[in-house]
Amino acid sequence: MASQGSLRLAAFDEMLPEVSGLRRPYSAYDRWLKEQDPARLTEKMQDAERVFRKTGITFAVYGEQEASERLIPFDIVPRIISGQEWRRLTQGIEQRVQALNAFLDDIYHRQEILRAGRVPKDLIARNEAFLPEMIGVRPPAGVYTHIIGVDIVRISEDEFYVLEDNARTPSGVSYMLENRETMMQLFPELFQKIKVRPVENYPQLLRQSLAAVRPQSTKGVPTIAVLTPGSYNSAYFEHAFLADQMGVQLVEGQDLRVIDGHVAMRTTEGYKQIDVLYRRVDDSFLDPLTFRPDSALGIPGIMDVYRAGNITIANAPGTGIADDKAIYSYMPEIVEFYTGRKAILGNIPTWRCSEPDSLKYVLEHIHELVIKEVHGSGGYGMLVGPAATKQECEDFAKKLAAKPSNYIAQPTLALSTCPILTEKGLAPRHVDLRPYVLVSDRIQIVPGGLTRVALKEGSLVVNSSQGGGTKDTWVLDD
Amino acid sequence: MLLGRTANGLYWMNRYIERAENMARLVDAGLRMALTRTQDASEEWNSVLLSAGSDAAFTQKYQDYTAANVADFLLRDASNPSSTMASIETARNNARMVRTALTRETWESINEAWMALKRMLARPIDERDLPSVLDAIKRETALIRGSFYGTMLRNEIFDFSQLGTYVERADNTARILDVKYYVLLPSISWVGSTLDNYQWESILRSVSAHRSYRWVYDADYKPTNIADYLILNVRMPRSLTFCYRFLAEHLKFLGDDYGERHACHATAEKTQAMLRAGSIKDIFDTGLHEFLANFIRDNTRLGDEIAQDYRFN
Repeated sequence: MASQGSLRLAAFDEMLPEVSGLRRPYSAYDRWLKEQDPARLTEKMQDAERVFRKTGITFAVYGEQEASERLIPFDIVPRIISGQEWRRLTQGIEQRVQALNAFLDDIYHRQEILRAGRVPKDLIARNEAFLPEMIGVRPPAGVYTHIIGVDIVRISEDEFYVLEDNARTPSGVSYMLENRETMMQLFPELFQKIKVRPVENYPQLLRQSLAAVRPQSTKGVPTIAVLTPGSYNSAYFEHAFLADQMGVQLVEGQDLRVIDGHVAMRTTEGYKQIDVLYRRVDDSFLDPLTFRPDSALGIPGIMDVYRAGNITIANAPGTGIADDKAIYSYMPEIVEFYTGRKAILGNIPTWRCSEPDSLKYVLEHIHELVIKEVHGSGGYGMLVGPAATKQECEDFAKKLAAKPSNYIAQPTLALSTCPILTEKGLAPRHVDLRPYVLVSDRIQIVPGGLTRVALKEGSLVVNSSQGGGTKDTWVLDD
Repeated sequence: MLLGRTANGLYWMNRYIERAENMARLVDAGLRMALTRTQDASEEWNSVLLSAGSDAAFTQKYQDYTAANVADFLLRDASNPSSTMASIETARNNARMVRTALTRETWESINEAWMALKRMLARPIDERDLPSVLDAIKRETALIRGSFYGTMLRNEIFDFSQLGTYVERADNTARILDVKYYVLLPSISWVGSTLDNYQWESILRSVSAHRSYRWVYDADYKPTNIADYLILNVRMPRSLTFCYRFLAEHLKFLGDDYGERHACHATAEKTQAMLRAGSIKDIFDTGLHEFLANFIRDNTRLGDEIAQDYRFN
């Protein structure tokens, strides 16, 4: 388990940087805030919690018997991004997403990037996220990763870095939408004063985007469904929410079977064909005939239907090879290889512990670094060196030395902060940003995203499973 | 067109909401008897448990038929799958599963009922609080029903929900009658005794009909009238006839929508025709208990057939 004791780093505050005072994007909000009665704001904070509980916007925490449904804490101070900053970000994201899809297509076909020696062959061949079953398969409309969440951190006024790409089944978009909904309910007057670009059409865009990548053989309006592992999954709320907002069926593996070369769902009127499946089930559970035979979450034979081009699976199986943490460190090369230009959005410098020189450096500097598992997610199994005790570092070093290829390391960056409302007034906390990208015949990025915030003072871990919260994210229409 | 699993969720969600409320109503009637009768009330609590179909499970756990034991078992015991709390929990799990089929108002009313009851039933109920707890349960389920009727589109989602409600309700009313059928039988020595009067009132109370009865019949409780009211009255919302009127109607809607009739249609219509043609005298002549036992069996079969015919078994 990650240690997250207090850690003091001189961080850039996006609202009130120490050097220059209030930043421009926050000026209108700041004026409004100063007029507010603190007691009323505290009341609004409690209102927000009531709204979330009532609607059942909860998530499950693995390994916790009690309180298996918890709220992700919501902070009422918005994270504000200017139109100009946003334009720069979107250019970088578009370029990156293009490269991700081109990389996936290449990796499952000609593998030119390996032949060119820009990415080591070993990294692909020995990687569990690489699916040999996908070799030579071209998904409908040629799109591999349809829905992407790019995690971005900020270090200073001008420095943005991509922390990781989520090209499999990124979650959290329902929070982006519900956070905005909640803010509009709590502070309608704010949205009259300040022009914030809307995010609420995301479900419509998602539906259009999924419809646009339907199989060629589809006649008429495609039938779309969201595949969930079930109501006990931690992200079930989001699965139901998206299906509901898109007006499509929410299905489980037990509802589906393969009939006459198509995937069909069991309805009150018999079986009905599905053309596009937005799956929120991991690759390995997708088809017990192809992957894990013990999986009860998937649909036996769906991979055959997929290979025959009779269903679109979004995201495509095997996209994990593009967001693998070991591949991440090669992203600058990957972007350049497929787009012919330098990456607009940089990577955080990364040591691959599989390389002896890097491993040596990492072991020597373990107290300064953040060390992550290559395949890990959700903030589990990582070490934040500067915040860890001596004992924790030593224990981690042993794990690291035993299986170096399982880890990467990065410098401990002072992620930017944004104020949250506490009992004692505004207080800075570290944040990151996950914008959501939709790929079909075009690339669309909803102006906003999910801002995750480490609520504990000094903590750098923003994951909701580790005590992180969220904020509404505003992109200004300026 | 609905997913079979969704139809299943809607059906059981509504059965359990109905059940949660019925448990409160049964305890309410039992409490009333216990308060108004001076002698030992354990017999009354026993018939409450029989009506709830929970007597065997209860006696495994408890020795004494006391208000506290029975109320605890029927309202908050997690090991009793039909207790109000367990029923609301199951109803909510089903609602969560079929969330996309429900209006926001409906889902929130169920979620809020679950939150409120979880809080209220977290600890054993103090006897002094029992009346207010029972009121609160009925209020929460009334809120669910209100948002459901007020906001749901009258389509197949509505139909499957209503099928759950009325199958459960018909079963409940029939059981209440069957447990007490003997006090309704004509018996020269007992007629008009105070004891019978209490018993009859208790039956009416357990279906929340002790007041409306007086609007329809004479002020006096008469066993034939009570049986008539609960079995054959077409306007009494918990009577068997009323339940079957709606069961047949919603099945007809589904049949018309889907353009297909199934075994369940025939079963429902047969029961409905039997209720429509029958008089209370015929029912007493053939035997009230036999009539009710047959009804309960047919009603259970109807539930099974619906699940099978609409692919959600």
